[in-house]
Amino acid sequence: MTESAGAPAEIGATLFGHWRPLAARYPFVVVAAIIILVFVLAAAFAPLLWTTEPLALNPLQRLKPPSALNWFGSDQFGRDVWTRTVYGTRVSLIVGIAVAVLSISIGLFVGMLAGYIRLLDGIVMRVMDGVMAIPGVLLAIALVSLSGASLVTVIIAITVPEIPRVVRLVRAVVLTVREEPYVEAAIAAGTRLPQILIRHVLPNCVPALIVQATYVCASAMLTEAILSFLGAGTPPEIPSWGNMMAEGRAFFPIAPRIILFPGAALALMILAVNVLGDGLRDRLDPKLARRV
Amino acid sequence: MLTFILKRALSTIPVMGVVALTVFLLLRLSPGDPASVIAGDYATAEQIAKIRTQLGLDQPIFIQFAHWLGDLMRGDLGVSIFSNLPVTTLIGQRIEPTLMLALTTIVFSVVVAVPLGVLAAWKAHTWVDRAVMVFAVVGFSVPVFVMGYFLIYGFALGLHWFPVQGYRSPFSEPGQFVSHITLPTLALSAIYIALIARITRASVLEVLEEDYIRTARAKGQAEIKVLLRHALGNAAVPIVTVIGLGVAFLIGGVVVTESVFNIPGLGRLVVDAILKRDYPIIQGLILFFSFLYIALNLVIDIAYTVLDPRIRY
Repeated sequence: MTESAGAPAEIGATLFGHWRPLAARYPFVVVAAIIILVFVLAAAFAPLLWTTEPLALNPLQRLKPPSALNWFGSDQFGRDVWTRTVYGTRVSLIVGIAVAVLSISIGLFVGMLAGYIRLLDGIVMRVMDGVMAIPGVLLAIALVSLSGASLVTVIIAITVPEIPRVVRLVRAVVLTVREEPYVEAAIAAGTRLPQILIRHVLPNCVPALIVQATYVCASAMLTEAILSFLGAGTPPEIPSWGNMMAEGRAFFPIAPRIILFPGAALALMILAVNVLGDGLRDRLDPKLARRV
Repeated sequence: MLTFILKRALSTIPVMGVVALTVFLLLRLSPGDPASVIAGDYATAEQIAKIRTQLGLDQPIFIQFAHWLGDLMRGDLGVSIFSNLPVTTLIGQRIEPTLMLALTTIVFSVVVAVPLGVLAAWKAHTWVDRAVMVFAVVGFSVPVFVMGYFLIYGFALGLHWFPVQGYRSPFSEPGQFVSHITLPTLALSAIYIALIARITRASVLEVLEEDYIRTARAKGQAEIKVLLRHALGNAAVPIVTVIGLGVAFLIGGVVVTESVFNIPGLGRLVVDAILKRDYPIIQGLILFFSFLYIALNLVIDIAYTVLDPRIRY
C-alpha cells in the first residue's frame, strides 16, 4: 500500500478547502477531531479538571467504587483513577506527537537521500527491509531493556521501528517526482541538489506525510501502552494508561474499572486519531484513498 | 518456476543478514553499559563483569560478531542468563500455546473477514457496507489488551461462559482447550479481521468493475458464483499479501494477549525475560520471530505463482 503512496495531492485539495460542508460531508472525521481536541485540552489543563495529586497515596481510600469524591473510584493504593486517567492523557499525547515528529523527520531525510542518490538507494532499502522484518514491539522492548526505562528511551525505542515505513513512502514519492518535467527543467537550469529536494521534492511529500504522521501517532500511543503494560515502558511512577492497566491486573476481578477506564480512554484516543487519519487521507491523498 | 523460487529464496538472505546485524548491534551500540543495566541497580562489580563475559562483550567487536554469526548459523540463539538453558530449548518448551493461538486466530479471522469483505463490496455504499467498515475501523483501533479485558469482564466474570485465563493443550484436553482459547482468539482477531475485511472489500470492489464480471452476469451466472469464483478468485493476491503482512501485528499481539490471559507461551517468555532482565531470551526471540516472518512471507510470495498464473517474476 505504501509504495503506491507516491500520489501527490490534487491541486487545490487543501485541508480547509471548503469550510462549510465539512461537518456534513465528514461527520465521523469532525467528531474524531472534537474528541482529540477534548483530550488535548484535558492534558493541557489537567490540574484544573477536579483532579488531585496523581501520585498521592491514600491507604484509607483503597479500591473504592466510583463516588462523588472519586469519579472513577480509586486503585489499590488509594490513588484517584479519574486523576490518573486525565494525567495519562499527557503521557500518551507526548509520546504520540514526539514519535510522529521524530520518525517523519528522520524518515523524510533518509527517504529523500535514498530516492535521489542511486548509490545509497540499494543499501538503505535493504536495511529498511531488515528493520521492517523485526516485530516493532519486540524491537522496542529490546531497546528499552538495554538502556533503562525513561520517557526519552521509550520515545526513541518506538521511533526506530516506525522509520522504515516513512522512508519507503518518501522514496516512492521522490522516484515519481524526479521524472517530472519541472524537475528536469530545474536540473537543466543548474539548480543544486539541496535546492531541488527542498523546493520541488519536499512539497510533494507533504500530503502523504501528514496522513502518515497521524497513523504513526496512533501506532506510537498503542505501542507505549503495550510497553508499559508489559513492564518495559515508561517508569512505573509516571501515570500512563499502560502503567495503570499493568498495576490493575492483580485486582481486575474485584476492581475491573482500574483497567477499564484507562483502557477505554486509550481505545477512544487511538480510534479518533485513526479516523482523523482516514479523513485526511481521503482529502489530501485521493489516489491512496481509492486503493484501500 | 523453479528459478523464481530459488531467486526469491536467495533474496531473503540480505534481509536476514540485516536482521542479524541489527540485533547484534543493538546490544553493542546501546548508550551506557548494557551489562550494568541488565545486572540491575543492586549488582556488584563482579556480577556485572560476569554478565559482560557471558554476553561476550569483553572481546573485540569483530571477533564478537564472528562468534555470534557462527552460533546463529548453527541455530544457536544464545543462553539464558538466569536458567543457563539454551534459548532454543526455552522456545521449544513454550511454543505450543503460541502456535495454537496464532493458528486459531488466523483461521477464525480469515473465515470471518473474507465473507464480510465480499459482502461489503457487493453491497458497496449501502448501510451494510458502512456497518462493516465502521466495525473494521473500530476493530483496528481498539488495542488487543483493552479488547481482552473487556471480553473477560463481559464473558468470563459477567456471564461465566468462559474461564478467565489459562491454557489447556488440545492434545490432552480438547474440550478445555476450546473454552480456554476462545476469548484470547476473539481479542487477537479483532485487528486482523479489520485488516483483512478492508483489503478484501477494496480488492473485490475493484474486480467487480471488470468486463469479465459483466460478462459472467450477462450469461446468467448465479450471483454467488460471480462473487466467489470470478471476483474473489481474482482478488485473492492482495488479500493473501495482507494475511502475510498482518502476521507482524499478530506477533506483537500474541505477546500482549498471552500476558492478559496468562497463557504460558512465547509471549510470557518475553515478559518474564523483561522482568528478570534476561536479555539473551529477548534477543533470541526477536531473531526467531523475525526469521519466522521472513520465511512466511517467502512462502506467500511463492504461493502467488500458484494463485495467479499471470505473475511471473
